[in-house]
Amino acid sequence: MFKIEAIIQPFKLEEVREALKAAGIDGVTVTEVRGHGRQKGHKEIYRGREYNVDLLPKTKLEMVVAEARKEEVIETIMMAARTGKIGDGKIFVYHVGDAIRIRNNDRGEAAL
Amino acid sequence: MSPTKRAYLRVCTLLLCALPVLAAEDPELIALKAAVKAAQSAGDNAWMLVSCAFVLMMTGPGLALFYSGLVRRKNVLGTMMQSFVMMAVITLLWGVCGYSLVFGEGNAFIGDFRYAFLNGVGAAPNADYAPTIPHLTFMAYQMMFAIITPALIAGAFAERVRFHAMVVFSVLWLFLVYVPIAHMVWGKGGYLNPFLGGRIPVFDFAGGTVVHITSGFSALLTAIMIGKRSGYPQERMVPHSLVLSFIGACMLWIGWFGFNAGSALGASALASSAFVATHFAAAAGAVSWMVAERIKSGKASALGAISGAVAGLATVTQGAGFVTPVSGAIIGFIAGFVCFYMVVLVKNKLGYDDSLDAFGVHGIGGFIGCLLTGVFATRAVNDALKLANGQAAPLGLVDGNPGQILNQFIGALIGIAFALVGTWIALKVTGLITPVRMDKQQEAEGMDVALHGEEGYAFED
Repeated sequence: MFKIEAIIQPFKLEEVREALKAAGIDGVTVTEVRGHGRQKGHKEIYRGREYNVDLLPKTKLEMVVAEARKEEVIETIMMAARTGKIGDGKIFVYHVGDAIRIRNNDRGEAAL
Repeated sequence: MSPTKRAYLRVCTLLLCALPVLAAEDPELIALKAAVKAAQSAGDNAWMLVSCAFVLMMTGPGLALFYSGLVRRKNVLGTMMQSFVMMAVITLLWGVCGYSLVFGEGNAFIGDFRYAFLNGVGAAPNADYAPTIPHLTFMAYQMMFAIITPALIAGAFAERVRFHAMVVFSVLWLFLVYVPIAHMVWGKGGYLNPFLGGRIPVFDFAGGTVVHITSGFSALLTAIMIGKRSGYPQERMVPHSLVLSFIGACMLWIGWFGFNAGSALGASALASSAFVATHFAAAAGAVSWMVAERIKSGKASALGAISGAVAGLATVTQGAGFVTPVSGAIIGFIAGFVCFYMVVLVKNKLGYDDSLDAFGVHGIGGFIGCLLTGVFATRAVNDALKLANGQAAPLGLVDGNPGQILNQFIGALIGIAFALVGTWIALKVTGLITPVRMDKQQEAEGMDVALHGEEGYAFED
């Protein structure tokens, strides 16, 4: 099992979710986050005071998938979230030790 | 001749024809006179009660929203409370003796205690000030001005002053600055009152000097004496919700109709003129600030647009009922540019932390509005001031009376002098009673939690 963590542009969230749904991935956790990679921020001016905003709003998606589906999911997210510009985000993949469904004690891939 | 008077005359003529032996004491005629008087009083009183409520709406929620949106999230309630507490505290003090010290006859500089505890302030009009509305309405209307004026100052020392220090300071300030200046400009026998026996005639229709110059220059001094917010100007301090400020500014704009048009003290043509001049000034101020911003930084911002409108409104306040609507638009244009220049360029160069620009908008706007009233005031709009021969006196430069600009300037200087001296004393005395500034830790924590023990945005179930 692998945990796939994708940090994407907030406006791409719906497209990515649609694509994941179409690929048959059901469970996802979404968080609004702020951060930056190589993308530069923007300038804001309030009554003449200038501020550089370099922590930008991003959206983080987390899901755990079976090993067999890992590459497919990564591909799906990549295709849906890509604009080709700096700031599109990143995907991180982790090994997951176990998964437990709280409702009925399902373990491992059965719990996904 | 007003329609009511015309109708009254027509009815009288009819009565005279029908009853050739009508005596002056005819009960029907007396009753008719009383009915006409009551009708005018009803019309004027309706407008004045609405105006009164509008002016209160400028403080809460208008100013409370405008200011609290401009501060950081942790200070939203504390900033709102600074406006709201004035609605409570100043109201009570106004009833105790504030009203009396402004509008009691007294001497040239301060009133007396004849109306203390609203003694003698009832349904009967006060003929000196507003002969067609109940004295109580006049008292309440003036109260709303006394409430918003100290609340405006708080913008200069936002995010760093303790709650009870703010209250103590504002109360002292009311009596040291607002009361004498309001009496001098509007009170009977006041030193600057052109209509009721003043020495130097200063035209201040709705409080350009009484409200905006006094609060604006006091604001500057408090910002300097109290000092900058910790972390200013290195740290990022951006408005936490321009949405709140936007709503607040729109309510200020609407409320200002009560402030300026209400200052006609009746539902008259003069009120209409002041209403339109006020509206044009706000519109022109918004446009000129946006244009200035577009030139300076390439973008017209929402904050800029609302700041420009407020600058136009503050600046036209002094002349609203003396200038034509076109002059109002010119005043608004000038206000937007000048206040933009002060707030965006001069303040940031000089480095004082007038956090929400109470000085840059109200002080500067009030000051130039005072002078521009000397330029644009005209008897074509306001003929209340009479010459010895009974004709309307020329008012400003446009009426061929350039000397009025000097009168206005002197009035402004007196307002500034009282503001600076009174603020200095009020702040020093406050400091003897209670610490003025929040300590470093409180300031970091924010006013809401540190001073009031609550949060503005507690997003929990």
